[in-house]
Amino acid sequence: MTDAHAPHAHRPDQDGPLTYYQVMEEAVRELLIEKDLFNADDVRAAVEAMDARSPAVGAKVVARAWCDPDFKERLLADGTAACEELGIEMGTLRLVVVENEARLHNVIVCTLCSCYPRNLLGLPPDWYKQRAYRSRVVREPRAVLREFGTEIPDDWTLRVHDSTADMRYMVLPARPAGTEGWPEEKLAELVTRDCMIGVTLPKAP
Amino acid sequence: MSSRFSPGDRVRVRLAFPSGHIRTPFYARGKRGVVERICGAFANPEELAFARDGLPERPLYRIRFAQRELWPNYDGVAHDTVDIEIFEHWLEPDHD
Repeated sequence: MTDAHAPHAHRPDQDGPLTYYQVMEEAVRELLIEKDLFNADDVRAAVEAMDARSPAVGAKVVARAWCDPDFKERLLADGTAACEELGIEMGTLRLVVVENEARLHNVIVCTLCSCYPRNLLGLPPDWYKQRAYRSRVVREPRAVLREFGTEIPDDWTLRVHDSTADMRYMVLPARPAGTEGWPEEKLAELVTRDCMIGVTLPKAP
Repeated sequence: MSSRFSPGDRVRVRLAFPSGHIRTPFYARGKRGVVERICGAFANPEELAFARDGLPERPLYRIRFAQRELWPNYDGVAHDTVDIEIFEHWLEPDHD
């Protein structure tokens, strides 16, 4: 498509007809508003709250676990309860935290759809939802991680976690060397979304 | 909740292909693994998908599979694994 006004790349306008499910969503939403179950501002506020979640929430959990061994133990035993301790709204999310240890690396995926710990990491990246990642990371995880720039040595175990049912997963990366004595807030800045999915490691200090 | 299997038990995923909404991935069916943990009891998604109540709740497990069990020609190292959540009614004891 050419556009004389805009030399930069952009997404085409969505001028096509609504899909079946878009029509259904609108119909159900309008019906529920009409029935006074909630109003349009409630819907807007719910979308805003979902969009406001970001990986900063998960980073705070990771940094706390790096600083407080007792918290880390509780986090690994019951991820949901430990996050609620920090005041994080978990809703119905059942969290399993998997820890990267010496010579053990974890990575998460949902091969069936795109289950993701949204309360902690916000909306999933597009690649997480695509078939290429979902089908390949359980089949050739070392090759997939290499494409993300992450080389896992052969004497390490690579453990993939497929979120096929009711649990959601977050990786607790290993604390980078050279961060001794750092305050939690500064540590949290090293913790990226991708290292909590497990496709990479935390930033170097 | 009473559960049929315990962590460390060797199990095999049923080799079955029913139609409907199934959370047991095809790549795990018929494969052998070890119970990593019991996740708790959850309403059966195969029933929930059809607007039924999914009760009684079914025990859900995390099963650890060796990559080479899932993919005989896996080209990574032998100690790599995949953990998958599997409902109890998809598991049978592995006595072999």
